[in-house]
Amino acid sequence: MVTSSFLCETPEQTFQLGEAIGKSAQAGEVWCLTGGLGAGKTQFVKGMAKGLDYEAPVTSPTFSLQNIYPARLPLYHFDWYRLNKPEEVEGLGWSEWLSKDGVVVVEWGDKFPQLLPSYAIHMLFDTVSDQGRRLIIQGKDEQNKSRVQEIILCWPL
Amino acid sequence: MNSLVLGIESSCDETAVAVVRNATQVLANEVSSQVDTHRRYGGVVPEVASRQHLESLPFLVEAAFQKAGVGYGDLTGIAVTAAPGLIGALLVGLSAAKGLAFRLDLPLAAVHHIEAHLYAAQLDTEPIVFPALGLVVSGGHTEIYDIQDWGKYRLLASTRDDAAGEAFDKVAKLMGLGYPGGPMIEKLAKLSPDKKSHFTRARMSDGTQDFSFSGLKTAVSLELQKNPVQNETDQRNLAAKFQNTVLLEIGSRVQNALEAGTYKSLIVGGGVACNQALRDHLGKMTGSFGIDLRVPPPKYCSDNAAMIAGLGAYQLSQGKRADLSTTAIPRAAFY
Repeated sequence: MVTSSFLCETPEQTFQLGEAIGKSAQAGEVWCLTGGLGAGKTQFVKGMAKGLDYEAPVTSPTFSLQNIYPARLPLYHFDWYRLNKPEEVEGLGWSEWLSKDGVVVVEWGDKFPQLLPSYAIHMLFDTVSDQGRRLIIQGKDEQNKSRVQEIILCWPL
Repeated sequence: MNSLVLGIESSCDETAVAVVRNATQVLANEVSSQVDTHRRYGGVVPEVASRQHLESLPFLVEAAFQKAGVGYGDLTGIAVTAAPGLIGALLVGLSAAKGLAFRLDLPLAAVHHIEAHLYAAQLDTEPIVFPALGLVVSGGHTEIYDIQDWGKYRLLASTRDDAAGEAFDKVAKLMGLGYPGGPMIEKLAKLSPDKKSHFTRARMSDGTQDFSFSGLKTAVSLELQKNPVQNETDQRNLAAKFQNTVLLEIGSRVQNALEAGTYKSLIVGGGVACNQALRDHLGKMTGSFGIDLRVPPPKYCSDNAAMIAGLGAYQLSQGKRADLSTTAIPRAAFY
């Protein structure tokens, strides 16, 4: 496993890290974001979308369950916060979205780890102060090792 | 001109079917969560799977016809939600509506869910006096519109992150309250004498009137860490402090918009419009401006098909028809 952590002292820095990752994102990437309420997951996705050249607003998909942003690569933004069973995720056509040529990012993805592909990149959001967050990246598969290393090297910006 | 329109809604959690006469008179308003899904067809909540919408739909159409005392042969049009929502869920309702329109040779109206939330203010009551200011507050949306007439909208403000209803639900979760969070927080806040204190207000660096509720959620979370809730009084006061902030955030933007325009009505729609404290707060405001506050009863605030049938009937009366090649759009603007 490849792992490292990034210290983002403000929400703006969380955004910037997401943006840097979005800029270099490639089709087929799957991101699993884990962290409590208000930990900065949506903020990070806003940055990813910006890095993928998407300019329109990115809002929380908690209620809508899935937002699709037509960015440089389509960004499929999921949120499993409201879901209680893996069948409900399958009911959203989950496996279909995984096989598309876009970037998939899931908030609360750790609720159903069995549904995540082995090549998913994990980002853990840890609240260290009012504004500060420690973001821990984890790549558990050979397939994403070099990608995770590339991201680790990009920070601090 | 008599019209009788069947409306179908399946954009997110709820499957709903309604029958509306002359674009305003609701004859039937059936929502899947209100029927005993477990007994009748083993439903799962939230109803995210397209399959579940598909299973509920025929029962709801049947129930709506029974309640309205009409049948397929009496209809003059079909209305359906075409955007926004989950693509798979939308497609179930849209396909059913297209099938009915084709088979019965009736005109089809493809309706935008958020526009319909505004139109709900006109169901079972007097027509809206325009120009109006429109506020949509729900689990997924928080928006303010300038409305010159039905069909003539301009977006004035929207949320940058979380919707107001989402803030209620997530803060309720942080406080260890049950679901749905909105009614729980409202109940607790009502028991607190504190109608004034509030969290730091969100400020938009670009000076727009847009909303942001994500920071408020974080503020409540930090407050809970610093000062854990010890007893019921603490809980009530925290609920009140949160709700006061939401009312301030929404109220100040509505106030600014009312001052900047010459509106004759304020329309409010969406699930959060069920909140009595919000209704009272906005009622005082419209009272001081001397304009109408138009908030539908709760059954037309939360997701329903009566608003879809009503707006669809209105659109058909204006000659606005959708053809059978219409497709569902997950994210779309109606303004």
